[in-house]
Amino acid sequence: MKNRRITTAALAALIISAIVYAGPAGGTISGKVTYEGTPAKPKSIDMSKEPSCAKQHATPVTTEGVVTGPNNSLENVVVYISAGIPDESAPSTPAKFDQKGCQYIPHVLAFQVNQPLEIVNDDQTSHNIHPRPMINREWNKSQPPGSPPDIEKYDKPEFIPVKCNIHPWMSGQFAVMKNSHYAISSNDGGFTLPNLPPGKYTVTAWHESYGDQSMDVTIAGSETKTVNFVFKAKPY
Amino acid sequence: MRTLTTNSVRTFLALLAVSFLPALATAQQVQTHAGKWTGNADRGKQLYFRYCWGCHGFRGDGAGENAPYLNILPRNFVAATFKCRSTPTGTLPTDQDLYNTIERGIVNSNMPSWITLTGQNRADLISFIKTFSPRWMAEKPGEPLHIPAEPKLTVDSIKRGQALFQKLECWKCHGQEGRGDGPSASTLTDNNDQPIRPFNFAAGSRFKCGSTNEDLYRIFNTGLDGTPMPSFADVVKPDEAWDLVHYLRTLQVTHKSPELAMWESTKEGAALIAAAKPHGTPTGSGVR
Repeated sequence: MKNRRITTAALAALIISAIVYAGPAGGTISGKVTYEGTPAKPKSIDMSKEPSCAKQHATPVTTEGVVTGPNNSLENVVVYISAGIPDESAPSTPAKFDQKGCQYIPHVLAFQVNQPLEIVNDDQTSHNIHPRPMINREWNKSQPPGSPPDIEKYDKPEFIPVKCNIHPWMSGQFAVMKNSHYAISSNDGGFTLPNLPPGKYTVTAWHESYGDQSMDVTIAGSETKTVNFVFKAKPY
Repeated sequence: MRTLTTNSVRTFLALLAVSFLPALATAQQVQTHAGKWTGNADRGKQLYFRYCWGCHGFRGDGAGENAPYLNILPRNFVAATFKCRSTPTGTLPTDQDLYNTIERGIVNSNMPSWITLTGQNRADLISFIKTFSPRWMAEKPGEPLHIPAEPKLTVDSIKRGQALFQKLECWKCHGQEGRGDGPSASTLTDNNDQPIRPFNFAAGSRFKCGSTNEDLYRIFNTGLDGTPMPSFADVVKPDEAWDLVHYLRTLQVTHKSPELAMWESTKEGAALIAAAKPHGTPTGSGVR
């Protein structure tokens, strides 16, 4: 009888410890995106044709095709798992895209296939939302100030440039992803892709002006693997 | 008395099954029904390579031999984004939309009005151009816009339309007189990145996709996909839309319409029309 009590206790301890140490799934891929060479200087945007937006900016805004940070870092690079993870169904929380000061905020918005996309106009002027996909369907909608949010979705993965025809300097990007493992590099070039189960992955980094690069990474358990990307800057 | 033997039943069923095969084959193709005709893609192919491919291209991608010389490139059937539709922005047009485009042509472009082609020809062509894009198999055309009956024309309707033209900021591209000279007009590009002008209401009577009040109502509700002209369906209510149609007709100062006549009978309208009327010689020199 004493034996049995000890075995049950041991078993219970084992189970409890297994639950306690299980935790979220494993590994992380993180790193920095930088450039080499000399990138083109961002150009000043003249918003004088839209005074209601021009007055929102104390100094003129600059073009966002290439945004750099300290130590040659590259911002707005979409880093994502392009192979090794099965496609995931979309979350129901909408991804938000704002038109403010005649700019798109954020400049690059990443979200999943079939995830709701909520587009809002926070300006005093009309905008038309005109994403220009090649694979998904092209539509073009007017959104006057005070309109309710426009809810859309895309059913195929693609990088889609977004423009407003009324304000030709406005430029943004939609990154429609197949799964939830993506990140956008911040001003210091850093990105993190957590919660990766053990496996072989292809990590791809995409920049709207400099193209894309991929690297293969294997995650064994819960380690953090560092992956850095270096893009060749173009002078134009 | 003859009885049904198992053998004869089997043969009958086999024959019945076989007779369904042709139906299955056509069921896999997308059907085209336009006007009173059903399209046939094989006949359409003959017609396409006789009449259309010079502009629309061997692959239907709008990159035909003539295309480099055209300002406003021919329609790219591979992308299957169409300007003239009765369906919402981002959706495929109906067969009747495509039929109407072939019949009418597209004003101020190189797409002629193909009245030389019979109704059957046009339906066949539509069947064939659908083979250029997988979209036709994957999705159905959008739900056609319901156009309510046009309400009575009144001065108040025109005035409400005038207010809407300001509020929706149509003038940003189309200009205050609707001449296509608004502040954003010079920077507009279409989806081929070619410069494109907004419609100039003062220049004539026909629009890109038709010439009636219903056509005008439809155009700004569906938008012209592939161009800067967006859809306003989410932001105008049907009666507001009719008000806007009535006002837009008054911008067409060279085209006699009931709306223009009514507007001219008011003091404000008469002043605006007098200021907007083009002056100059018939040959065009000195036109202001």
